Amino acid sequence: MNPDNPKMGFFETIANIDRRVIFLFIGFAVIIPVLLSFSCTEEATPIVQAVYDEIESLPEGSKVLISFDYGPSTVPEVQPMIDALLRHSCEKNLKMYMMALWGTGHNLISESMQDIIEKEFPHKIYGVDYVNLGYKAGNQGLINVILTDMKKMYTTDARGSEIDAVPMMVDIRNLKSFDLILSMGGGFPGIKEWVLFGGDPGNIPVAGGATAVSAPLLYPYYPRQLLGLLGGIKGAAEYESALIKGYPKFKTHSHPAIDMMGPQTVAHIVIVFFIVIGNITFFIGRKREEGEKREGGVIK
Amino acid sequence: MRKDLVWLFAGILFFGLLYLLNWGVKAISTDLLVWIGAFLTLAILSFLYQDNAFYKFAEHLFVGVSAAYWMCMGFWNTLVPNLIAKLHPPIVKGVLPAIAEKPPEYWYIIPAALGIMFLMRLSPKAPWISRWALAFIVGTTTGLNLVRYLRSDFLGQIKSTLIPVIVVENGSLSVGGSFSNIVIVVGVLCGLIYFFFSKEHKGLFGVASRVGIYILMITFGASFGYTVMARISLLVGRMRFLLGDWMGLLQ
Repeated sequence: MNPDNPKMGFFETIANIDRRVIFLFIGFAVIIPVLLSFSCTEEATPIVQAVYDEIESLPEGSKVLISFDYGPSTVPEVQPMIDALLRHSCEKNLKMYMMALWGTGHNLISESMQDIIEKEFPHKIYGVDYVNLGYKAGNQGLINVILTDMKKMYTTDARGSEIDAVPMMVDIRNLKSFDLILSMGGGFPGIKEWVLFGGDPGNIPVAGGATAVSAPLLYPYYPRQLLGLLGGIKGAAEYESALIKGYPKFKTHSHPAIDMMGPQTVAHIVIVFFIVIGNITFFIGRKREEGEKREGGVIK
Repeated sequence: MRKDLVWLFAGILFFGLLYLLNWGVKAISTDLLVWIGAFLTLAILSFLYQDNAFYKFAEHLFVGVSAAYWMCMGFWNTLVPNLIAKLHPPIVKGVLPAIAEKPPEYWYIIPAALGIMFLMRLSPKAPWISRWALAFIVGTTTGLNLVRYLRSDFLGQIKSTLIPVIVVENGSLSVGGSFSNIVIVVGVLCGLIYFFFSKEHKGLFGVASRVGIYILMITFGASFGYTVMARISLLVGRMRFLLGDWMGLLQ
């Protein structure tokens, strides 16, 4: 019984529940597991394992182009993917070429370099093992240009050094010089543009990580046009678990995606609960309405 | 409006006091930037209760900062090294000494002219000039996209659908692989039939169309699930920032 309206039954009260009550439940469903550090175990699915296996199979010194196609608004989802991929690439001694199709990606490259490469792999040398090429405008037009001539667009690196003065850029001619392209983000421009304008015409392997919102739109490209995909925080958690499995020493490093899967699970249970309750109240309400109409002689 | 402003200044003052007093919690952050981040996060989240001055302040700040950020990025990362440095290299000696000695490439006058024509949109007398530059962009983008989308999205996806419905792995039938391929082939065909309106959806055609709509519904459901996951991820990220980076409650 609703005390404000004695005529309103339980189901009517539930059907008219204030949305802020639902927000409150979701808030608690996230805050409590975060405080309790509740997390779930993850196992890499084939689409994530494919990315891991591809990096694992690359010989030492292979060239990997990592495009930071995202912004601060999707950092909680995409950054754990980047961190795990950078750790894996550093461990495999791959050469990392970092660039951004998004202006916001420019600063995120610097942050990732500081937090992962410089901090955890201090022996890596800038310009020899990794380089920051920064942001360039042009979206898919940029990919189209660097497919044939990389240095036409990148005359300097992000630090202002002439591009040919960067040792690891000397033998780079175009996108075909790379052994793997990793696009991280999922919005526009992002993985789709890398597949359409880089991977397919240049016959270059493309893989990536996408926000959960855009992941379903990218699955059709797997496995022929897209080697593998890390979809949302779940994909990131699966990659982190694959990395820990392959290199147990990373267990002591931060693994935010695995940590985030606990609150994710609890919040999803709460949302499923509200969806089920909402549907039950909807159908009961509709049945009652139909019954009232029949009693009123509307339907005979 | 005045009441909103009073609330806003009171809130900022309250937050500033908490920062100065350090809230009595030892683990709480002493980094001013973290405190600003926490204040703006809470200001945005306050919209969940109702629209208010804090939310409006944070929203306007975000729009303003974003616009300035993109303008600066475009100028320093594209306009300076890819246009100004090409037309007159010595001018960038102070910021990009590495390329200041290179010979000028005068054909970059063409994109520069197109850029100036674009800015003519701001002119009250000749805004029509901007249409020429716009037409150039529309034309080149259309030509570029048409070929790539036709090849990768249209032909590429048809090719990806032409897969064996009976999958044999290591000499034996792969039930999982076969089922996956059957779902893909049947799903694509039924989905296409649903959007084929030149024939009445009756009989076997109607059944296929019905399956098509179910496939579409499942796809929308999966998309919704993924969207929920994305939004919850953002909330978890913010909560980890508030509880961890700001309040120091997480290990």
